[in-house]
Amino acid sequence: MLQYVTRRLLIAIPSLLGISVVLFTVLALAPGDPFEELATNPAVPPDVRAALRASLGLDDPVYLRYLHWLSAMLRGDWGFSFVSRIPVDQLILQRLPTTVAVIGASQVLALAIALPVGVFAATRPYSIFDQIANTLAFVGFSLPTFFTGLLLIMFFSIHLDWLPFVFRTNIEATGWKWWWEMIRQSIMPVLVLGLFQGAAWTRFVRSAVLDVVRLDHVTTARSKGLSEARITLKHIVRNAMIPVVTLVALQMPAVFGGAIVTEQIFRVPGIGSLLISAILANDTPVIMAVTFVFAGLVILFNLLADVLYGWLDPRISFR
Amino acid sequence: MTEDDLRGLIARVKDGRLSRRGFVRRMAAVGLTAPMATQILAIAGAAPAAAQSVPEYKPTRRGGGGQLKILYWQAATLLNPHFAAGTTNQDASRVFYEPLAGWATDGTLVPILAAEVPSVENGGLAADGRSVTWKLKRGVKWHDGQDFSADDVVFNWEYSRNPAVAAVTSGSYRDVNVVKVDDYTVRVEFQQPTPFWADAFVGVTGQIVPKHQFKDFAGGNSRDAPANLRPVGTSAYKFVSFAPGDNLRAELNPNYHMNNRPYFDTLEVKGGGDAVSAARAVLQTGDYDYAWNMQVEDEILKRLESAGRGKVNIVDGGSIEFVQLNATDPNQEVDGERASIRTQHPAFRDPAVRQAMALLIDRNALEQFIYGRGGPATANFLNNPPRFRSPNLRWEFSIQKANELLDAAGWARGRDGIRAKDGVRLKFVYQTSVNAPRQRTQAIYKQAAQRAGIELELKSVTASVFFSSDVANPDTYTKFYADMQMYTTTMPQADPERFMNQYVSWEISSKANNWQGRNIVRWRSEEYDRIFREAQGELDPVKRAAMFIRLNDLVVGSNHIIPLVKRPTVSASVNSLRPVLSAWDLTLWYLNDWTREA
Repeated sequence: MLQYVTRRLLIAIPSLLGISVVLFTVLALAPGDPFEELATNPAVPPDVRAALRASLGLDDPVYLRYLHWLSAMLRGDWGFSFVSRIPVDQLILQRLPTTVAVIGASQVLALAIALPVGVFAATRPYSIFDQIANTLAFVGFSLPTFFTGLLLIMFFSIHLDWLPFVFRTNIEATGWKWWWEMIRQSIMPVLVLGLFQGAAWTRFVRSAVLDVVRLDHVTTARSKGLSEARITLKHIVRNAMIPVVTLVALQMPAVFGGAIVTEQIFRVPGIGSLLISAILANDTPVIMAVTFVFAGLVILFNLLADVLYGWLDPRISFR
Repeated sequence: MTEDDLRGLIARVKDGRLSRRGFVRRMAAVGLTAPMATQILAIAGAAPAAAQSVPEYKPTRRGGGGQLKILYWQAATLLNPHFAAGTTNQDASRVFYEPLAGWATDGTLVPILAAEVPSVENGGLAADGRSVTWKLKRGVKWHDGQDFSADDVVFNWEYSRNPAVAAVTSGSYRDVNVVKVDDYTVRVEFQQPTPFWADAFVGVTGQIVPKHQFKDFAGGNSRDAPANLRPVGTSAYKFVSFAPGDNLRAELNPNYHMNNRPYFDTLEVKGGGDAVSAARAVLQTGDYDYAWNMQVEDEILKRLESAGRGKVNIVDGGSIEFVQLNATDPNQEVDGERASIRTQHPAFRDPAVRQAMALLIDRNALEQFIYGRGGPATANFLNNPPRFRSPNLRWEFSIQKANELLDAAGWARGRDGIRAKDGVRLKFVYQTSVNAPRQRTQAIYKQAAQRAGIELELKSVTASVFFSSDVANPDTYTKFYADMQMYTTTMPQADPERFMNQYVSWEISSKANNWQGRNIVRWRSEEYDRIFREAQGELDPVKRAAMFIRLNDLVVGSNHIIPLVKRPTVSASVNSLRPVLSAWDLTLWYLNDWTREA
C-alpha cells in the first residue's frame, strides 16, 4: 500500500513538470504584457514601458524565464504578481477562505440534494417521484450557471429586492448579524453552483444505485426479511457509492479552483476571479501559480480516490 | 474681433473697468460661448479664485455622512501611485495620497497640498518659463502624525526617476530637476522654457508618498515596502483594509487639512464584476452610491435610469474615437519594413480620396444609433478644454459629394463598381480592435463607401493584441500594417502638448524606434512641426491656444485623421450623491468634497 502510494507520487513529478512546461510556453506565446494599459496612455513615454518590461525580466528568452521560475518554485518562492507587486502565495491565501466557504457550501448542498434524491428515485424507478426528479435534474444541468445566476439576480435582487447581489468580504457587523448578512449574500452563488452540481450528481447517484438494486445480494437480503431501510443503507448504498466517491473526489480540486463565471457574476473574491483577472492582465506568475496548484490538486485527489476505492471495495488490491 | 481687441477687453476686466459678466456678454455677441469666455479670462490671469472651478462645499462640520460605497468593475490591485498602471489603481491610490494640485473639469488647477497655484503674478512662475516654484500648505500631517514638508516632495522626484524603482510615473519626473528652497517651498526646474509646467506633482502622476515610509525602499527593493499595501497619505480618508483585486476600506481622517471635510465617515471601494451589473447596483437597486466608467450601451443606461434611483454623469473630456488614413504604403516593403516612411500610400496620397473618405462616414448615425450620450459627433481632433477647440471645422456626410470629388479626380468605376486610376484600386483594409460599437461603425462606413465605389475590407483584432507593444506581432496598432484603422486616443492632461505630439514628424512610428513613436498615421507636415515647436516654447497662453487650434485644423484638414465621436467619461451615481468629477484628473481627484444631499 505504502509502496503503491510512493510509486504514484513519484510518477506525479514528471507529469507536474510536463504540465508546468506546457503552461509556461503557452503563456509566453500568448500576446500582450502586463503594461498594455500604458500603451495608449500618452503620459507614459514608450521607453518607460520598455524599461518596466525589462525590470520584470519579460525580455529574456522563454527557456531562461522558465528555468528561473522553476528554480524559484523549488525553493518555495512562488514569485510575485506583476500587477500587484506582492508575492503570489499571499494573494492566493487571501482568496482561499472565501473560495472554500462559498464553493465548499455549494458542494455540500449538491451532495445533500443528490444523495437522498438519487437513492430515493432509484429505489422506486419510474415512480412519479423519479420522473419529477429526473426532469428537474435534466433542467438543472442544462441551464448554464451564468444564466441561472442572472435569473436569480433579476428575481431576488431587482424584482423583490430581498438579497444583495454584490458579495462583500468586509461586513461591518459582529455576532449573529454578521452571520445573517453573510448567509444573505451567499445564498444566491451557493444556490446557483449547488443546484447545478446537484442536478448532475443526482442523475449519477440514481444510475449507480439502480445498478446495485438488481443484484443478487440485495434479493438475498430482502428474502432474509431485513427491513427496507437496512437493505438500502447497508447493502445498496454502500456498494453504489464506489463510483460516486471517485466523482466527488475528482470534483474536490474545483473547491480550490473556484468557479470563474459565478464568482464574476456575484463579485465573489475567490480564486476563480483571481485567475480570470490575472489572465486579462497578463499576470503570468499568478496564472502559473493558480493553474499549477490546480494541477497538483487534481493529481493528489486522483490518488486519494484510488486509495479510497480499495477501502470501499476490498476486492481491489494495490500493486 | 482681433487679438488686440481681445487683449484690450481683458485689460479692462483686470483693472475693473469692465465686469466679468460684461466681458462674457461681449464675447457671446461675437459667437464665443460663456465657458470659453471665462476660460480666456482664466488663462489671461483675470480669473476669479480657483475655488469656483469646483462646486461650493456645503457641510459645516466634519463627518456625519455615514458610509460611501463606490463600485469599480475592475478591481484595484495595488496602492502605490508610482506603480499604478491603470486608472483603477491610480484612483485607489488617490483615496490616500494627494498631489500638490489637481485639475478641475474646466481645465483649471485647484491647489490641494499646495498653498496656492503658481502664477506669474504670485511669483511662482519664472518669466523665462524655466522653473516653477510651489509653496506648500503648512500644517499638513501624514496619517501617522508626521509633518508633510518639502523633503517629501523632493523624495518623490528622486523615487520616481530612479530606474531601479521601475515607477510608471517616471516620464513626468526624469527630465526635470527639483530643488528644496525651504521646508515649505520647492522649485521644479526645466531644461528648456516650458509653458506647460503643471505635470510633475500634479494630477494623476503627482500623488505624493511619504519619505519616512518609503526611503528605505527607494531602489531595487521597492516592491517590499509595506506601505505599498498599507498606504499612509495626507488625504481625507485613512486606510483601514485592502484586499488586492477585491475591495478597499477607509475611514474619515480627523486631522484632514481642509476644513469640515470629509463628509463621509467610512468609505468602501469594491472592485470586480462587469459594467452592466455595476450600473444596475447603482441605478436600479441603489446598493452602491457610485459606479465608475459605465461602458454600457446608452439604451441600457436609459432604461436603468428610469427606475428613478440614480442618474448618469457625463463628463466631457479629450478622448476621441477617430479614423486614421495611412500616409505610407502598408503593402510595400522597404529594407524589411512595411509602411515605411519612405513610401507613400498609393491612393491616400491623393487629397481627393482622403476628402471623399471623410465625407463617407455618417457621424450622426454613430451618435444616434451606436454611442448615444457616450459619443457626441465632432469635427475636431482637439476638443477640450474649450479654449483649445477650433471653431473653424464642420463635418459633413454626403455620398453624392464624395462621388463627384472622385469623378473629378479621375477615379473611374471599374466593371465591379470599384473605382481605380492608373492601376490603383480603391480597396482598403480597415482595422480596429474587437469591440461591438467599433464593429458596428465599421459596417456603417463600409456601406457608405460601397455606394461611392470604394471597397472596405473589415478586419478586427483582439484588443490585447491590437494595443500591445509586442514588436513581433504585425497586428498592433502602432505598426499600422493596414490602409485605415480606428481607435480611441485619450488626452491625459488639460494641456494639449502631449496630445498633439501625435502628428509631429520626429514621433513617427517606425522600425527604428521599435514602433514606439506616437505618430502612428505617419503624416508629415513641416508647418505642423514648426508650429508645434513654437507652441512648446510659447509662454503667452492666448497665443499658445491659437497655435494648438491651428495644429488641429492642419491635421484634420489633411483628412489623414477623421475624427468621429468624442468619448466623454460616463459614470453612475445615486440621486442623493454629489460627486465632484473632472475630465482631466482621476475620478476620485476631489473625493474630499463628495457629499450627500437629501
